[in-house]
Amino acid sequence: MTRFRRTFVPLAGIVAVSIGLTACGGTTQDSASNSGGGDRATGTANPDAPIQDGLQIAFLPKQLNNPYSDIEVGGGKTAVEEFGGEYKLVGPNDASASSQVSYINTLIQQGQNVINIAANDPNAVCPSLNQARDAGIKVVTFDSDAAEDCRDLFINQATTQGVGETLAKMTSEQIGGTGKIAVLSATPNATNQNAWIEVLKAELASKPEYRNIELVATVYGNDDDQKSFQETQGLLQTYPDLKAIVSPTTVGIAAAARYISSSSYKGNVVLTGLGTPNQMREYVKNGTVKEFALWDPTNIGYLSAYAGAALASGQITGAEGQKFTAGKLGEYTIGAGGEVVLGPPTVFDANTIDQYNF
Amino acid sequence: MSTDTIEPATIAQSDSDGRTSTAGRIRELLAGWDSAIIAITVVVLVVASVTNPDFGSSRNFTFLVLDLAPIFLIALPMTFIIITGEIDLSVASVLGLSGAAMGWMWNNGFAIEAIIPMCILLGCVLGALNGFLVAKLGLPSLAVTIGTLALFRGLAFVLLGDQAVSNFPRAYTSWVTGTVGGTAIPNLAIPLVVAAVVFAVILQATPLGRDIYATGASDTAARFAGIDGARLKFWLYVVCGAVAALAGVLWSLRYSSARADNGSGLELAVVAAVLLGGVSIFGGKGRLAGVLAAVVLLATLQNALRLEDISNEALTIVTGVLLIVAVLLPNLLKTVRTSAQRRKLQNTN
Repeated sequence: MTRFRRTFVPLAGIVAVSIGLTACGGTTQDSASNSGGGDRATGTANPDAPIQDGLQIAFLPKQLNNPYSDIEVGGGKTAVEEFGGEYKLVGPNDASASSQVSYINTLIQQGQNVINIAANDPNAVCPSLNQARDAGIKVVTFDSDAAEDCRDLFINQATTQGVGETLAKMTSEQIGGTGKIAVLSATPNATNQNAWIEVLKAELASKPEYRNIELVATVYGNDDDQKSFQETQGLLQTYPDLKAIVSPTTVGIAAAARYISSSSYKGNVVLTGLGTPNQMREYVKNGTVKEFALWDPTNIGYLSAYAGAALASGQITGAEGQKFTAGKLGEYTIGAGGEVVLGPPTVFDANTIDQYNF
Repeated sequence: MSTDTIEPATIAQSDSDGRTSTAGRIRELLAGWDSAIIAITVVVLVVASVTNPDFGSSRNFTFLVLDLAPIFLIALPMTFIIITGEIDLSVASVLGLSGAAMGWMWNNGFAIEAIIPMCILLGCVLGALNGFLVAKLGLPSLAVTIGTLALFRGLAFVLLGDQAVSNFPRAYTSWVTGTVGGTAIPNLAIPLVVAAVVFAVILQATPLGRDIYATGASDTAARFAGIDGARLKFWLYVVCGAVAALAGVLWSLRYSSARADNGSGLELAVVAAVLLGGVSIFGGKGRLAGVLAAVVLLATLQNALRLEDISNEALTIVTGVLLIVAVLLPNLLKTVRTSAQRRKLQNTN
């Protein structure tokens, strides 16, 4: 009993004090005001400045040896070589929240001119990125943004609106603007997926050219190949007159394509959505899929490198409305919140698919 | 834990009569390993500073200390536990769960001044669970803490899911990443040094420290000497949990990101540093000075090799080789010495 008391009393004390502190006047989420660092796009831009020679441009993807990241940074390398900079690639072996921080620190020490980063966690990298900016390094995020107050620009692969519009347009064109369609998504709480589906629904509801299209169901394959395969089968059995399946997930569209290509629905039901050319090549060639879309990851890295070079050369400061040229991709304008959108997704079909390898 | 370690450093310390007894030789050998690690660490620090001007910069020094802080902290109680012949593999999960609890409480309107002691208390409770299973029930610590490693990490995900809580008060986050005055010394360095001194004094200069060595050398012998090994181990696990939880709080503040996956895999880095520092995985041997030198050595190698643009893969390989050498070399030396001695004895006969 005494032993129990000896242990229990201090514990109870801590809990009581803690609750007391919370009740009266400790620092809580409500009382703490965390005003961000604010927009640091100061100084003047000189749009006519040439891109400096020998800029040291570093890429820090979420994780090394990830096929998708490899393609993105490959585009970055091409761009850096085009404008005569020094390309460098560093990154962690795992995509955990804080693993990128020590790499940022290393890049600061090495005095790089630009850090292009796909942030694993929008906040974990912030203190380090801000130290980098204090040291005069320009920070461009691509693919996954960091908090807005710790980077100069964010290269966004596509806007939610752009993806939703593309999905509606591709589907409508392939079914001649009439008929029932269904969506095969990833998980019910996948933020990206849901946002795109919302835009798709809004497009169908608001535009007169889509008035004869009816979205009858949204099913979820949980980004699992087998479940997506079964859900496709289920959809086609439940709605025999279904005209199209829209799958805005690379796992879903590939599984659906596999089912349809081996069934009697091949050629009768349209399948479209977001997928990678390498996954879908077979189904485009055998006629199961006519066209689908995705952003081109090569161009994300390419644009990110040029944006960084433009910042480091003083062509832009990162303020909204400024323009810069990104090599073969042409001219871009900085949008609100320092965001640069790569453009509408790239549409792949039998004629273009062999130009891509990812 | 093992029966062939009856002649540990402690016994050698007590009969230091100047003659080269077996125990004396072993003590020499162990002292050698300690000093070797410290010497290697100093050499690596000097070489890195000379060959790479970026390494010696004040900013890099700050980064280095911040990077090694969690491993340094957790290595202190881990050294104690491994010396008693046990292990705690759940430390990184305690760190993660403590961070997740911190984020959860913050989201639910608790005050940060209350959250920090609550997190450390949580660490004590988690440590007590480990301690209960290992010390009171006598289950093997390797199995128990692999279990709690998964359990605590799972609970962390239950609390926070894949969410990251980041809006902690700036005063706290900037203290953790900040430096003392205008110098390069991080604020964190002060508590780290204090903790290291406290743990070192306890281990090397108090009866409690001797109990820890004795328990690790031979649980049974220690019990006959009146040492309650089970109670000792229980409280070591509690302390280890508390320290890991504190590391979890600091981690969340340093990265402004309380996440369930914080510190995944960190337990291996900690155990690696402890073993490289000359602590025997079978218990009973090793000193804190060597462990702390090993923590600094591993962090310095990582930092310096990265600045030299050595690839990740090479970095991992270097760490792996170091560890194998650390485990292999003392055993190898021991075998060589024993056989040399046996030969000598045979010759004199």
